[in-house]
Amino acid sequence: WPYCRKRCSYCNFNTYVVPAVDEAAVRACLVREARTLLRLSQLHSVSSVFFGGGTPSLASPGTVGAVLEAVAGAARLPAGAEVTLEANPSSTSTSRLAGFRAAGVNRLSIGVQSLDDAELRMLGREHTAAEARKAVEAARGLFPGRTSIDLLFGLPGQSRDAWAQRLEAALGLCDDHISLYQLTLERGTALAARVRGGALPAPPQDLLADMYQTARTALAAAGFRHYEVSNFARKGAVSTHNLSYWRAEQYIGVGPGAHGRFVPRGEGGHSREARVQTLEPVAWMREVQSQGHGTRSRVVLSPLEQLEELLALGLRTDEGVTHERWGHFSPQLSLPAVFGAPGEARALQQQGWLVLDSGGLRCTWAGLAVLDSLLPGLLCQLQR
Amino acid sequence: QEKLDMSTYPVESIRNFSIIAHVDHGKSTLADRLLEITGTISKTDRNKQVLDKLQVERERGITVKAQSASLFYNHEGINYLLNLIDTPGHVDFSYEVSRSLSACQGVILVVDANEGIQAQTVANFYLAFEAQLSIIPVINKIDLKNADPERVEKQIEKLFDIPTDECIRISAKQGTNVEKVLQNVIEKIPPPQCNPADPLKALVFDSTFDHYRGVVANIALFGGEIAKGHKIVSAHTKKRYEVNEVGILTPDEQPTHKLYAGQVGYLIAGMKEVAEAQVGDTLFLYKQPVEPLPGFKSAKPMVFAGMYPIDQTEYNNLKSALERLTLNDSSVTVHRDSSLALGAGWRLGFLGLLHMEVFNQRLEQEYNMSVILTAPTVPYKAVLSSAKLIKEYGKDQITIINPAQFPDKLSVSEYLEPTVLGTIVTPHEYIGKIITLCQDRRAVQKDMLYIDENRVMLKYLFPLNEIVVDFYDALKSLSSGYASFDYEDAGYQSADLIKMDILLNGNPVEELATIIHNDKAHAAGKLLCERLKETIPRQLFEIAIQAAIGKKIIARETLKAYRKNVVAKCYGGDITRRMKLLKRQAESKKLMRKIGNVEVPRDAFIRVLKREPDK
Repeated sequence: WPYCRKRCSYCNFNTYVVPAVDEAAVRACLVREARTLLRLSQLHSVSSVFFGGGTPSLASPGTVGAVLEAVAGAARLPAGAEVTLEANPSSTSTSRLAGFRAAGVNRLSIGVQSLDDAELRMLGREHTAAEARKAVEAARGLFPGRTSIDLLFGLPGQSRDAWAQRLEAALGLCDDHISLYQLTLERGTALAARVRGGALPAPPQDLLADMYQTARTALAAAGFRHYEVSNFARKGAVSTHNLSYWRAEQYIGVGPGAHGRFVPRGEGGHSREARVQTLEPVAWMREVQSQGHGTRSRVVLSPLEQLEELLALGLRTDEGVTHERWGHFSPQLSLPAVFGAPGEARALQQQGWLVLDSGGLRCTWAGLAVLDSLLPGLLCQLQR
Repeated sequence: QEKLDMSTYPVESIRNFSIIAHVDHGKSTLADRLLEITGTISKTDRNKQVLDKLQVERERGITVKAQSASLFYNHEGINYLLNLIDTPGHVDFSYEVSRSLSACQGVILVVDANEGIQAQTVANFYLAFEAQLSIIPVINKIDLKNADPERVEKQIEKLFDIPTDECIRISAKQGTNVEKVLQNVIEKIPPPQCNPADPLKALVFDSTFDHYRGVVANIALFGGEIAKGHKIVSAHTKKRYEVNEVGILTPDEQPTHKLYAGQVGYLIAGMKEVAEAQVGDTLFLYKQPVEPLPGFKSAKPMVFAGMYPIDQTEYNNLKSALERLTLNDSSVTVHRDSSLALGAGWRLGFLGLLHMEVFNQRLEQEYNMSVILTAPTVPYKAVLSSAKLIKEYGKDQITIINPAQFPDKLSVSEYLEPTVLGTIVTPHEYIGKIITLCQDRRAVQKDMLYIDENRVMLKYLFPLNEIVVDFYDALKSLSSGYASFDYEDAGYQSADLIKMDILLNGNPVEELATIIHNDKAHAAGKLLCERLKETIPRQLFEIAIQAAIGKKIIARETLKAYRKNVVAKCYGGDITRRMKLLKRQAESKKLMRKIGNVEVPRDAFIRVLKREPDK
């Protein structure tokens, strides 16, 4: 759902703030594109659905229901399949949430970001900390054990102590899943401009490293499993949908700017493609109306490129890249064949950043924090 | 192709002239206009820097190699042959300028109507004056808003003793008054004083290499005539050749039957390397030797740099690229060199830093080669006191061009450094800052004089190494671009020199080792360490960056290890972008140099030593 009521100061997503949305038209296009792409992929069943954006909680439950119906009609959507909706605290009243649940949503991800009003103002969020708390409580009531909250750390001017306080507050409030993101100052955003201009301090690298470690430790102590760079879950409440990205499974992106990775067997395709839908909603709708889908670009991924993606994404998880998953993309060359011989991976193992064993290839606790320093060398080794 | 008959141009109808000016004052544009007016090239909008044939010349807006063009012009009923000899405009190439001028009887001195007289205006004027050439002063860019031709005319009168009414005010860009310049060339510049009946005496003022035909030498005849079949000898190499072709340049090659005394053109005679036709050489007929033309000297390199292939597997490719590029540039000296860290390579000598940059750019553009360039050094000398070393080298004074060869203090009785006499022309408001800058560069003032109410000319004796890297930029920057600079060789002086090493986690970075004056070592070492800290990417361990003299550490910076380096979000929409960035990082990793376990970007050296990093 590519619409928001306002743009947050740090956001560089493909989202639009418009005075009015023709929901019926958008709904019809989402439904149509979902059907078209599902047919194109010839996939038999869908294991998870994720409503992202923008602010999906601004759409009506009717739209969510219509899309789910379309999906169920074009492929098998098992009763227990994970259906997540992203929501903003300012559009999550209990009655609204109940509406979404009735429409088929069974998991909620709330953009809390911070539990401090001053920080929320700096981030340009629409809600207060109190409103965020209420939203989480409401969500936990309707989606117990399946509510996730998003949190940011490393805000300009945020001290170690302030972060420790936020963490404690969040741990007191949260359900069983937390997505914890280091704030990235993206070029072109209002917040980045303020930091660049000197109005706000840029957070020092060491402080960010400390905050991350503090969080990891605190969450581990609270029983969370650190299953991806920025994602923590306890009692098994992982996000199935996101795991499919990191395991390089097939996924279909529906809606303006959505991304997909699948094999378009319906057109006679044999290879996994990287696909993006048209970014701008009006243009996207026109294309969906005339052609059934608004795919702006599709690029065939070479076997090497597929492996590179699997490597770069898989290593972000605690499970890493398993031998089976690797074998799916590289039947001839096993993980040990590529990374077991003397080379970059071996050196990184010796230095304690990486592990290659019967479970596959994965980062150590320390390695995960510096993954982007490990990847270029591993890519070189893979390319060779 | 029809050959031209040059005998229809008697000596009295010939004018040989050059255009001299400070950088960007409009020399090449004026040349374009002259070519158009005389019909040598057709008038189109695309005539820009016609005589600058090299890509690098066109991109940088400078003339690197001299070209010539023969123009035909009818004035008051007589057909004149006007030979325009283009000259390099940059300070590094003053020797070429002087050789080109020796083929002329006059010059057009172009001065920018707003900038007025600059350092190279002065330097070039003196070259022309010493050669006793007629000088036609031309004030250019009168079309621009800030033009003040009257002020410039006064400067010219004061500094060069040329009456203001001799100045011609033009706009080369628009063509205003350019015809008047041509008429002045005919009326004010004398024809050459020479005789076609004399024995052949030809000056080589440039040469280029053509793959099919060999060396093409630009020549000016001071006596006699030359044609296909003649047997000629080079005064410098003493080698003998048979002439295959002669002709004139318009500016493309146009073969002729003969060339006669007083005329300028080209010659092809089976020479295989441009070293066989060096700038300033004299050619004469076999068995009819003549007194060689004065002023010949072998190119003297001022700046040296080591050049190594990125990878030793590229050695042969780089070797042939260098051979082909130096075919066309005999002023680059080439010595084989090798380094423990970088493998087999070369130490090249250039006329100046610009020469080196242009050469490197041509290597990249014309031969697609990327190389590792080491610190620019100047040719230091050491007077040896150790009997062992004297025996080893066979002499007691050696020239050091590679820091690795720097002999220890204990084996040396004196170190010497090359110096230059620099001329700075500046508006007086910058004098204080410039004097400070020069003092900072260990320069000694030799002269200071006001050339008009506003502008001062300063002469300083500089150690050459103090100006080769960024003096010019510093000068421009603190004078808002108004100060100008030129220099000439001024011999050697005694100096307290040391060798400074740069270490990364204890391992020396050979390409950053420099020979430096003891007084400057600490500051230079500190600056180098700081810049390296900004250039080297953070790694998974801490990096100690140190500057050392022998075992003594004189400066240090620490680059801390990465404790967190992983992108926060990586979901569907982020993946493509992430992969693109990752692949770029993987590519640049392949090009990195490994010093111990530290990865250093290949161009770290250039970024670190060249100039202030852009903030």
